Amino acid sequence: MSTDSATTETVAKSVVKGSSWRERVQQLMALAGLVLIFIVFTVASPQIFPSYSNVTAILFSTTVVGLLALGSTLVIITGGIDLSVGTAMTLSAVMSATFIANWHMPVWLGIIMTIVFGGFVGLINGFNVAILGLPPFIATLAMMLVAQGLALVISNARPIYFDPTAHAGYIWLSTGSIIPGAKFPNAVIVLALAAVVAFILLNKTLLGRYDISIGSNEEATALSGINTKKWLIIIYAVAGLFVGLAAIMISARLGSAQPATGSGYELQAIAAVVIGGTSLSGGKGTIVGTIIGALIISVINNGLQIISVRQEWQNVILGLVILIVVFIDQLRARRAATT
Amino acid sequence: MRKITIGLVALGAAASMALAACSTPAAPAASGSAPASSSAAKPYIAIISKGFQHQFWQAVKKGAEQQAEKDGVTITFDGPATEAEVEAQMTMLTNALAKKPAALGFAALDSKAAAPVLQQFADAKIPVIAFDSGVDSDIPVTTAATDNKAAAGEAAKHMCTLIGGAGTVGVMVHDQTSRTGIDRRDGFLDGMKTNCPNVKVLEPQYGKGDANISADIASSIIEANKDLKGIFLANEGTAIGGIKAAQQKGVAGKLVLIGFDSGTDQINAINDGTMAGAITQNPVGIGEQVVAAAVKTLHGETVPKVIDTGYYWYDKTNINDAKIQAVLYK
Repeated sequence: MSTDSATTETVAKSVVKGSSWRERVQQLMALAGLVLIFIVFTVASPQIFPSYSNVTAILFSTTVVGLLALGSTLVIITGGIDLSVGTAMTLSAVMSATFIANWHMPVWLGIIMTIVFGGFVGLINGFNVAILGLPPFIATLAMMLVAQGLALVISNARPIYFDPTAHAGYIWLSTGSIIPGAKFPNAVIVLALAAVVAFILLNKTLLGRYDISIGSNEEATALSGINTKKWLIIIYAVAGLFVGLAAIMISARLGSAQPATGSGYELQAIAAVVIGGTSLSGGKGTIVGTIIGALIISVINNGLQIISVRQEWQNVILGLVILIVVFIDQLRARRAATT
Repeated sequence: MRKITIGLVALGAAASMALAACSTPAAPAASGSAPASSSAAKPYIAIISKGFQHQFWQAVKKGAEQQAEKDGVTITFDGPATEAEVEAQMTMLTNALAKKPAALGFAALDSKAAAPVLQQFADAKIPVIAFDSGVDSDIPVTTAATDNKAAAGEAAKHMCTLIGGAGTVGVMVHDQTSRTGIDRRDGFLDGMKTNCPNVKVLEPQYGKGDANISADIASSIIEANKDLKGIFLANEGTAIGGIKAAQQKGVAGKLVLIGFDSGTDQINAINDGTMAGAITQNPVGIGEQVVAAAVKTLHGETVPKVIDTGYYWYDKTNINDAKIQAVLYK
């Protein structure tokens, strides 16, 4: 591994340096967008929208999609996509309930097993993409269907419930509050910690360096001596770990694994990543951007509900925001390329 | 490399077929190539539902299986993965037709879309029993369904009494397009208008029946309306979300939550006071009625054009009555 890093340090570094200032501008833009949207809703509903309990509700509603988006960011930077995160989350949640509620594993062990299971699903995706050479869209589309089906088979198409007393610790992980008296859901802290881990992975480790390098030019990366297949598998597997964590958060919130939920979440996650400035063509992306993207989506959803916009229009507005944000990003990138 | 890949694909296909085979024990022995209506075999009734993963459909399936055992017929019970997959349901109908069943039980996601295929059933002289929601055609010999509008109206009546006829009430529905979604929403809104016209009813919100999404929406409703007295939750997934939001927001027991259908979460919430009460349909009864009506038709008996399968209001006071317990599912 050390020889890998020595030979490719230069390739990877030049890629990272080339795009870093642009990424910073992009992050600032996204942050400015988030602040702007927040101000608009605050003006529209000064009493309720910016209140402490509503802001914590917004953060709370960001956790599941946010965790999925963190993993998706790593995959999308390689130039890939992961359509399986929504239903893989559902399957992992069903596994979690199977481990803890049906097989009576200790909660801590069940949590570890669930995260590992999520990683295993990601590993299979990585294998199918890197070794079998399937296009990521197809490989993860297939996994999306397999995971959805298996979740129903394993759960016997019924929700599996955690025991509110015996598994109180599990439920506490999402809805409890480690900060005494603050009514601040733990799930938000979990998301923040996961974001820090993802940030370090992307910016301070070989994984992140090769991630960007593969997304910029997979062939050149392979030619410079990096085992791109191995790293692709690792990246998909790591993305799966985040899916496993999301599975714990959603099932802890609901006190049960609901085998019918989860489809559609992958698109929310991809939207968050894209709003955050990560390019679907790979090679560029940031964790901070993704978190901002996820927040923009939940602020819009919450704000429109608070000011009682008809729900049909909520979807229209969210769709338009995605279009506008990505268009501005493209415009700026094009201008940057010509100067 | 290619050989290995093909081998893997073949292996995967074989494995999935094996899985599929053992996961459908209720499938008739004749589901292969032999026509199911051969004289020696028991009559085969194909049932196409709107879904199968929600507890409600599992309860319908249970009722159908019980009745099938009693009447000595075999059944299959299929439904698309979500209640939005109209086209997947059409494919299931076509596949069912190919198996030449003695009768068809059918809960249409979109009755207009189903009309051409149902005509083929009629041409093949296969009687069609509609259930859960009506089919806009005269092909079905009968329709076994809950009157969802009346049921939601009953929910509104209880909501009015429980909140004392004043304040603000939220409405959360699973979707804007399905028959049950529309009927329960309109039934509730009409019921509120007639029983307590002074109550402010908020714009209905739709959470796809997804408990997590519904919990977020319910949180926003609770947050945005300080004089909120109650929320009507129009199906099981929506109700789970409403319960979780009320608990998270610390208004459990203060807010009047009225749900629909049952399931473990709603039953627990009614017992611990988080939910004031709920309307239950009779899903097991729907399943039984579908098979019973099909068997009667096969025997040449006439069945009424509409079979009202009924609904009940249940709350803390009557949840343990035998009549209620019989129709609740966990």
